[in-house]
Amino acid sequence: MSESLRAQTGPYFGEFGGRFVPESLIAALDELEATYKAAKVDPTFRAELAELHKNYTGRPSIITEAKRFSEYAGGARILLKREDLNHTGSHKINNVLGQALLAKRMGKKRIIAETGAGQHGVASATAAALFGLDCVVYMGEVDTERQALNVARMRLLGAEVIPVTTGSRTLKDAINEALRDWVTNVDSTHYLLGTVAGPHPFPEMVRDFHSVIGNEAREQMIRDFGGLPTAVAACVGGGSNAIGIFHAFLDDEDVRLIGYEAAGDGMDTDRHAATLNFGKPGVLHGARSYILQDEDGQTVESHSISAGLDYPGVGPEHSWLKDLGRAEYFGISDAEAMYALKLLSQTEGIIPAIETAHALAGALKLGKELGADSTVLINLSGRGDKDMETAAKYFGLIGSK
Amino acid sequence: MSKTAAALSAPGPKLIGYFPAGFPTLAESVEAAVTMCEAGVDVLEFGVPYSDPVMDGLVIQKATEEALANGFKLRQLFDAVKQVTSRVSKPVLVMTYWNPVLQYGIERFAQDLSDSGAAGLITPDLIPDEAAEWLRVSDELKLDRVFLVAPTSTDERAAVASRLSRGFVYAVSTMGITGAREDLDTLARGVVAKVRKADPEQQVAVGIGISTSEQASEVNEYSDGAIVGSVFVRAYSQGGKDALASKVRELVAGLNK
Ligand SMILES: Cc1ncc(COP(=O)(O)O)c(C=O)c1O
Repeated sequence: MSESLRAQTGPYFGEFGGRFVPESLIAALDELEATYKAAKVDPTFRAELAELHKNYTGRPSIITEAKRFSEYAGGARILLKREDLNHTGSHKINNVLGQALLAKRMGKKRIIAETGAGQHGVASATAAALFGLDCVVYMGEVDTERQALNVARMRLLGAEVIPVTTGSRTLKDAINEALRDWVTNVDSTHYLLGTVAGPHPFPEMVRDFHSVIGNEAREQMIRDFGGLPTAVAACVGGGSNAIGIFHAFLDDEDVRLIGYEAAGDGMDTDRHAATLNFGKPGVLHGARSYILQDEDGQTVESHSISAGLDYPGVGPEHSWLKDLGRAEYFGISDAEAMYALKLLSQTEGIIPAIETAHALAGALKLGKELGADSTVLINLSGRGDKDMETAAKYFGLIGSK
Repeated sequence: MSKTAAALSAPGPKLIGYFPAGFPTLAESVEAAVTMCEAGVDVLEFGVPYSDPVMDGLVIQKATEEALANGFKLRQLFDAVKQVTSRVSKPVLVMTYWNPVLQYGIERFAQDLSDSGAAGLITPDLIPDEAAEWLRVSDELKLDRVFLVAPTSTDERAAVASRLSRGFVYAVSTMGITGAREDLDTLARGVVAKVRKADPEQQVAVGIGISTSEQASEVNEYSDGAIVGSVFVRAYSQGGKDALASKVRELVAGLNK
């Protein structure tokens, strides 16, 4: 690998990416791309975003060493990049603030967003409140039920939450509905897409807005933790928190990059969301990437206890990194994730999001494989408050016992 | 000249009718398509049901969801088209989102399409920029390929789509998804004008949101045809083949008043 992987930009990541969308959206994508290109090199924009990171989100996020948890991970040193401590409770805010500033620059008064776990919706509703924008969030009906707390948060923040009742009634269908809204209202509306999927420029732009995670972490590792880690791990739904922490390390050939997808009921069942493990290349939601699909190209429903990972697609840059062999992707079942969620809570006093718990469960296996001399840096992408109802049900925590 | 372009350039107003293959079942969709042709549509647009139809409104979403639930398979499409083209002489175009074609294989899809007697493809989520292989294959097999031009398309993009389309150019009348609309945007005139300016010889038909014979007539004053879908699907859902036939006749009669 001689050329820099970090330097790769859209529209294509190898054979992946592109723009497979109705012509009606091309002008808006062109406008967004041009606005982003100009903003990226504009000191005013960079200063505005840096100020928000610092005084609104609370960046840089710290790295916490998980010493007691590490005993369960073969003694490997486990370090947690604490995106859960960001305002609104996850990494999602990094991208949202960037795009909300762009929406303002484009003079768009209304933002729309899709959400699975509700974290992206909450972050979008938050930015809309902060900037005085109208905000509509599309959320699959199944997800409005399992993440009810986040629905209430979004509404309290002033956003309109529209439950989506078509298809599998999860994240995939929320994106379809957001795209339909965007086609109709593109003049007034910015589609604030919440992950590194979608048509160009979204995968590149959302990655750039999240690359702050890895940029900070790489510096912190060198400065405070004795050098680069052996491996960097993250959960993968659409892939934004994973690419955010991977990106700074792409050209560090000795650092393994590992993404954990949701294996739902298990990798030996057909109820999972392990797109990079079991999918085939195709186009969905505007980009060519791996997709869970049948032989007719119909998208197959995914399954996961985690709403944020319950998606049959994945960002094109991950598909590219997988095919290059630069990053590896494994599956973690619902049961493994829930075990890790409880373990981190009870060994470190940190309750992670169920999404994030997939990365933690991965780290338990990885640490054993790499051994006590290794260091595993994990993107702790979000906190678990939103998941209390699911966890309480799963572990039987509510009641008199 | 393509058979579709010939049909649209003949004198008089034109109606292009959409119906989803496999809705509610494969056999019934064939009957519906034949019925529409016999009742007077000039070109038939046969839709491929797809799990994620982002250009479609609720009426068509529900119909294609039903088709999939009733077991529609892509390989049945070609047989269905063949049944239609063997019974009627109107040009039949297949409208499909791109992923089913990719998975079937672009060359194989095009060959089977050609063998079935279809005139070509309308591709709502394939822009010319991403269509290199389809351009090559459709040239080899002389298949129609219909690209879309939207109110937001630049003159340059409209020119490229006009140059690369064969059969006709699909002028998107309004910003939005399929479904009946009360007032058709004047945007449609602008889109047609862009195509005409780029290529005066090219056929251009207007679609999205046309629901009445008045709208269809108006559109025909400045374009080569009106594309109507949701209204036909709704008529069929409410009253079956007979209601569909009378809806087509109603629109055709309005056009020729
Ligand atoms: C905390 C958290 N982590 C991860 C994800 C998965 O998204 P992505 O793969 O884009 O990071 C989500 C999505 O909702 C989330 O809320």
